[in-house]
Amino acid sequence: MSTSTERYSNTAIALHWLIALLIFVAFPIGWYMSDLQLSPTKLQLFSYHKWLGITVLILAVVRVIWRATHIPPALPDSISRLQQIGSHVVHGFLYVLLFAVPISGWLMSSAKGFKTVLFGVLPLPDLIGKDKELGKLLEVVHQSLNYILLALVVLHIAALIKHRFIDRDDVLTRMLPNWNRK
Amino acid sequence: MNYLKCTLLLGLLLIGNRVSALEFNQVQTTESSVTFGYKQMNVPLEGKFNKFSSQLAFDPSKLVTAQARLDIEVASIDTGSAEGDDAVVGKLWFNAKAFPSASFVSTGLKSLGGNRYEATGKLSIKGKTQDVVAPVTFQSSGSRGIFEGGFTIHRLDYAIGEGEWTDLGTVANDIQIKFHIVVNAAPGKK
Repeated sequence: MSTSTERYSNTAIALHWLIALLIFVAFPIGWYMSDLQLSPTKLQLFSYHKWLGITVLILAVVRVIWRATHIPPALPDSISRLQQIGSHVVHGFLYVLLFAVPISGWLMSSAKGFKTVLFGVLPLPDLIGKDKELGKLLEVVHQSLNYILLALVVLHIAALIKHRFIDRDDVLTRMLPNWNRK
Repeated sequence: MNYLKCTLLLGLLLIGNRVSALEFNQVQTTESSVTFGYKQMNVPLEGKFNKFSSQLAFDPSKLVTAQARLDIEVASIDTGSAEGDDAVVGKLWFNAKAFPSASFVSTGLKSLGGNRYEATGKLSIKGKTQDVVAPVTFQSSGSRGIFEGGFTIHRLDYAIGEGEWTDLGTVANDIQIKFHIVVNAAPGKK
């Protein structure tokens, strides 16, 4: 049940695409909002961005637990050993960033003195005290980690295009929801 | 025996009278603070005013003559974020150029028992004046006294935040103002 060698489990697929969707919304909001002049819109976007980020963090925890307890399908033998290692390394870094990006944002928020109140309801603890200089440093860290994430996501998508149209193997379909055969 | 009791009582009264004759009227600005709490997107934030002056005269035995005045330099605001500080001195918020100071002038003080009082007064911000009522506690040891109190205002009553900022979903209407005033006593002028 948990060891399908063909496709990822439905849970893994759902988590993958849900997290991807949230990142694809949170990233441009983060990019856009940081240069805005102070306005109600800016305050709203900051909150939405933080809620999305914390949701990604929660889902990342679930995902890692799922991954640790369920064996993912092995890569087809048609893929060279070197490429398999490359794939694992990139996926490993992506997992790390699923944690590092939201946590660096949370730390930055705490250092800048803005508590994170999830969905405007649940106040999260401040991980560190207010510290202006540390806040600036963490802003750079958060941005840098996001650029690394962007680069890896581009690589991730480039690889899937290569597998789909050049290698013509089915590594992509393993991660697609299987609507037809329920 | 009776005579002794009387003397003792008289003595106590005299001491009591002497203590209560102290008038607290020398505000120690550097030890005092005026802070405020507010919420944006339900995120609680704390701010303070760095510059203010206060005149105060308070004799616990003569509440009728109690007087207090607090003048705040609004441009000295610290909202907890540099970006916020720049914005709130602007026209839509405090309009500090046209209205450089906010003031509180007391109109009365009544005892609520013990060291608790209720101060009433007029609060003027941005050219608008409203009546406010604040519960206050007063604690003293020797010639040093501390007033502590707070009250909540609605920022829109003073047009703090106009235009797009009248939206209360982002920055809430309620602003909790808290003050901590240290005041030393000088011998009462009877």
